[in-house]
Amino acid sequence: MKLMWFHLMPYTELPDDFRERNPGVWVNIDSHLFDPRRAHVMYNDFMDELEHAAACGFDAICVNEHHANGYGLMPSPNLIASSLARRTSDAMICVMGNSLALYNPPLRVAEEMAMIDCISGGRLIAGFPVGTPMDTCYAYGQNPSMLRDRYYEAHDLVKKAWTERGVFAFNGRYTKLRYVNIWPHTLQKPHPPIWIPGGGSVETWQWCAEMDYVYCYLSYFGYKIGLSTMRGFWKEMDRLGKEPNPYRAGFLQFVGVAETREEAIRLYSEPAEYFYGRCLHLDPRFVQPPGYTTEATIRARVEGQVAAAARKATTRARTATVMRDIVDQGYVIVGSPDEVAEQLRHAATEMNVGHLMLLCQFGNMSRELTAYNTRMFATEVMPQLADLFDDRWEDHWWPSPMPAEERVVPDSNLAGTLAEAAE
Amino acid sequence: MKRHAERAVMIGGAPYRVWTAGDGPVLGVLAGFGGLLQWTPFLAGLAEHRTVIVPSLPGFPGGGGRAHVELDTQLDWLLRVRDLLEASGLAGADLAGISLGAAFAADVAAVWPDMVRRLVMVSPVGMTDGDAVMADYWGATPSEQRALICRHPEALEEHRRMPEDADELEWDIAQIRANEAAARLLWPTGDTGLAGRIGRISCSTLIVWGEEDRLVPACHRPLYRNGPSGQVAEAVIAGAGHHAEFDCPGDVAATIVEFLEGPQGVAPR
Repeated sequence: MKLMWFHLMPYTELPDDFRERNPGVWVNIDSHLFDPRRAHVMYNDFMDELEHAAACGFDAICVNEHHANGYGLMPSPNLIASSLARRTSDAMICVMGNSLALYNPPLRVAEEMAMIDCISGGRLIAGFPVGTPMDTCYAYGQNPSMLRDRYYEAHDLVKKAWTERGVFAFNGRYTKLRYVNIWPHTLQKPHPPIWIPGGGSVETWQWCAEMDYVYCYLSYFGYKIGLSTMRGFWKEMDRLGKEPNPYRAGFLQFVGVAETREEAIRLYSEPAEYFYGRCLHLDPRFVQPPGYTTEATIRARVEGQVAAAARKATTRARTATVMRDIVDQGYVIVGSPDEVAEQLRHAATEMNVGHLMLLCQFGNMSRELTAYNTRMFATEVMPQLADLFDDRWEDHWWPSPMPAEERVVPDSNLAGTLAEAAE
Repeated sequence: MKRHAERAVMIGGAPYRVWTAGDGPVLGVLAGFGGLLQWTPFLAGLAEHRTVIVPSLPGFPGGGGRAHVELDTQLDWLLRVRDLLEASGLAGADLAGISLGAAFAADVAAVWPDMVRRLVMVSPVGMTDGDAVMADYWGATPSEQRALICRHPEALEEHRRMPEDADELEWDIAQIRANEAAARLLWPTGDTGLAGRIGRISCSTLIVWGEEDRLVPACHRPLYRNGPSGQVAEAVIAGAGHHAEFDCPGDVAATIVEFLEGPQGVAPR
């Protein structure tokens, strides 16, 4: 299986009373709380952490896009990814992803991702989320009633720009271009693998199946809750006649590894409680703009209310913010390397997911603890999981980079090399 | 309440519900946020004096299913509304619009002066005063939304209460769809571009405000008052919010009737 290291880039210094004094972490977060001098340190720490994960042997490093968000400091994941493309050599670079409807024209996505693919030697995974309501409709003012149509049209344009040679015109409903002719083209042919992060929408599952894309369920609430969604996904794949190749799917999971379970709980309680207490302090006003959720999905959910009501009756409706509950509910998997490996093996097998995206940094976790968690996972857990699924399934949705020996390795002593050349 | 008749007119292959009640000169009514799920005391009050014709706007209850998703631009919307008015027998009649319905009524009067004899705008939206925009109806909790549009939300809640013989899912979907249609028109700031056209309104016009309208900032009122090139009268309903026709149905209906029956259609107050 593929083990991927994901960074959300959370602002790590939200005050202790953030939850009590602020309506939310997103859209209307207090701008006075942002200190650019501290962000200078955070960004550099975060990029170090991503590079460290690549050096430790993770299959991929992942970044994503959020706007006006206190737990996601990447309005442009492509900026980070382009730096990572230079500073890493073997790990795949997963941009998870660009919210296509936010770009005008969306051709910008085709261009920037092609740049990253070229710079990295073909290591890019192209994620195309619709984007959350908070990012798209509120922070970026997109009309929720048009968002999905814009998204699908933008997808068609990007894909055509990647696959069609020569100049062509694109006369869409929302984007009209006389000349489409991107330079550069993607290195991977016909295009980088496309992965779709989504919620539990049946329409998204069907679209992924139709287009042969990877579906990724990026939940912050762990495998116990994710299981029902993934079972729905596989049931739909079965109905559509798709083979149950686990590499069709991706899943996000928080992880904390230490020598013992007690030590892990001691180390990771503060960052986990910071994340679920402060970073996931969402203002309900911005969660459900009209038209964002399709009518078909609403109908499906309403019809499933009995099941939903039953689930609510047996679980806490509110997000857990105390470590014991966070762990009990499976939001974060913590423990010794063997315990974590066993739980992840169980989760991946039960969900039939071949791409695990791991959050080894979360909340206000320090650079040092992040490095420790990453290293522990890479050295102690990864070897226990790496072969899962590979005896039976092939990953058709993984990047195809240039051979390593043909890829440029950036010179770590550039000044010296240039000085030498000048002499 | 005065009984009403229901029929459907076909536009673009989709059926649009049209309610009719009362006697006398014709008055068209275009509803606001949420559209109309049931006949209301306000409409009944108007029907005491006029033949009231109420077509459903695209995407709102009775309004062509998901017809709103075909409409991207203001021109798309306006052409559909014009078709609807003509099909409903409202070409050249007096026309009253409420909230977003007033935005449509104003635009129709501006673009096609012959389509509207006299214009009534109750709590109109569609313009902004620079960056001072309409309150964020869709950035509010359900209870905040009710408070934004009504001074006395009980009347609106009663309107939205499902009749015993209705299908619960379809009842909910109709309201969700109406909310989407309104957002499709007004997202994100409530600016439909009416400011560029309002000066073309030459017919006699009445503007009615709820005194406690929390959705439309008070600074917007002069834009509507001073915008049309024709005669404008203005009335403020005490104790009413944005949807004054739910808060104070009798007062709003009486004000409109008084305007329509006055000399030159200019309201005496």
